[in-house]
Amino acid sequence: MNQQDFDPIGWAVVDDKARGVFRVHRRAFVDQNIFELERNRIFNRCWIYAAHVSEVAEPGQFISRDVAGRALIVNRDRDGRLHVFFNTCTHRGALVCRESRGKARNFSCPYHGWTFADDGRLVHQPIPASYSPECNRDGELNLREVPRFDEFCGFIFVNYDAEAIALADYLADAGDYLRMASQHGAGGAGMEIVNGTQTYCARANWKLLQENSADGYHADTTHATYMDYIRAREGAVLNLYSDKGFGRVRNLGRGHSVSESIWGTPWGRPCARAMPSWGDDIKAEMEAVFEAMSARIGRERADFICHGDRNLLIFPNLVVNDVCALTVRTFYPKAPDYFEVNAWALAPRGESQRLRDLRLRNYLEFLGPGGFATPDDQEMLELCQKGYQAHAGVEWNDISRGMLSEDGEAPAKQDELQMRTFWRRWRDLLAGQPV
Amino acid sequence: MSVRTVTRPEVEDFLFHEADLLDNWRLEEWALLFTDDGEYLIPPTDTPDGDPRRDLFLVYDDRHRLGERVRRLGKKTAHAEFPHSRTRHLVTNVRISQDAEGVQATCNFVVYRSKNGVNDVYPGHSVYRLLPQEGGGFRIRSKRATLDVDTLRPQGKVSIIL
Ligand code: FES
Ligand SMILES: [Fe+2]
Repeated sequence: MNQQDFDPIGWAVVDDKARGVFRVHRRAFVDQNIFELERNRIFNRCWIYAAHVSEVAEPGQFISRDVAGRALIVNRDRDGRLHVFFNTCTHRGALVCRESRGKARNFSCPYHGWTFADDGRLVHQPIPASYSPECNRDGELNLREVPRFDEFCGFIFVNYDAEAIALADYLADAGDYLRMASQHGAGGAGMEIVNGTQTYCARANWKLLQENSADGYHADTTHATYMDYIRAREGAVLNLYSDKGFGRVRNLGRGHSVSESIWGTPWGRPCARAMPSWGDDIKAEMEAVFEAMSARIGRERADFICHGDRNLLIFPNLVVNDVCALTVRTFYPKAPDYFEVNAWALAPRGESQRLRDLRLRNYLEFLGPGGFATPDDQEMLELCQKGYQAHAGVEWNDISRGMLSEDGEAPAKQDELQMRTFWRRWRDLLAGQPV
Repeated sequence: MSVRTVTRPEVEDFLFHEADLLDNWRLEEWALLFTDDGEYLIPPTDTPDGDPRRDLFLVYDDRHRLGERVRRLGKKTAHAEFPHSRTRHLVTNVRISQDAEGVQATCNFVVYRSKNGVNDVYPGHSVYRLLPQEGGGFRIRSKRATLDVDTLRPQGKVSIIL
């Protein structure tokens, strides 16, 4: 089979429910044509996470970053309105914003000096007499807003397809999980992105990270050293990976999924499940957080948020892991075998300094490019990618685990329903089905 | 404790010794260079002047976690560093200042890392707070290694010790 007749629509995914067999062809991770199709049919049509409202809380505040392959400015104008612009001068294209964050009333292009107000209006062109009044009659030379953007519980998403369905509909049942991620903390003062971005990458296909981010099956092996570390510090921990399993996976619709559990995991949670080694004061403070949240959002929900763990996958490239810390992680491929990641810590506004410090320490014991776990995940992704060089000889990945019970009551967390949910959506969108 | 006057060559010898331990994967000995309240920090690439208690760092190790980091890296299951990568630490531009608290040393560094057929470069600068020892040598109270890169790309991770 050569490049031309590779048809990802009918070929890349084997989804045989009757036999309980699910396979993905390894060319899906290496093929340049598939990579182009993904850009056009997934990233150019789906809602993509861009920023959090806390990053542009104040009038005049802006951030600039690449989102799904475009340089964007997200800002709040002097009247408090949120904007998302393409960061490109309407004259001949230069980036008009060269700082990654700050405050500005205007964006002035460094090339020929066109200047745009914080609401996008073109307000100055050097030597204006040479321009016909027709030139910007309908505002077509104003800074261009992205076709669609919207905010959901503080998470700002963009869509490069003007015809896209509403964000809340797109999020389907994942919306309530994003809402949960916005309800942490005693005060109910909302959430904020902690200063400091973990910008990293892996030499692997981007879909491997989506698979990995909620993979309940790999923890004991890939993260053996992390489990050792927790065991050494806290004493014996639960044996979580029995045949029966713990926790469950839910298909949240439209390609989104969550793997979740209550209690059960061996790590502490900054909101709010203390570890013995954290001491009595921290424990008391966390119980007070739980009580305050119970009063605000109800005991059942507070119990679920504070004492449970969630790995939330929002199709195609947003992961909100609410585990040993609360993280927002997004990624985008530059090539079939290389993707870039931005990851942040999300935290309750007004959290005490003691809990914030503990949160950051706890985040870093597992997560991030210098943590005790993330580098090993990256290594696994890169080992898989290397393995796929032999895709002509060994063609298929097996993602069948738990397939016969995936429609039952509570598909186990360490099964692979979350991956099948992703791949089914991927297959449908690549086939041109509507988002 | 009386603080003796130290010289730059003395500090340089110490930093070269530390680099040698790291390049030879003698990490247990490296950890012993730290005081009991020692810390090892790597700030995020977009907030090099950050405070680890307020900002999300890449590494924020107290003495306990630093010891655990070393233990981890000794295991075959520390997959990112199995087999161990080859590294080479270059340490230059050393400057020192001294006060009653001890010695502060700054230096520039480049670390080369090679594994799986890929070569990565980690340029940066470090700030050390050192405690001179009676019989010569130092203990490290704090090592803050700041990477002079805009983003951690294409390196992707800091699974080695800088
Ligand atoms: S490209 Fe911006 S003013 Fe010319
Ligand atoms: Fe993992």
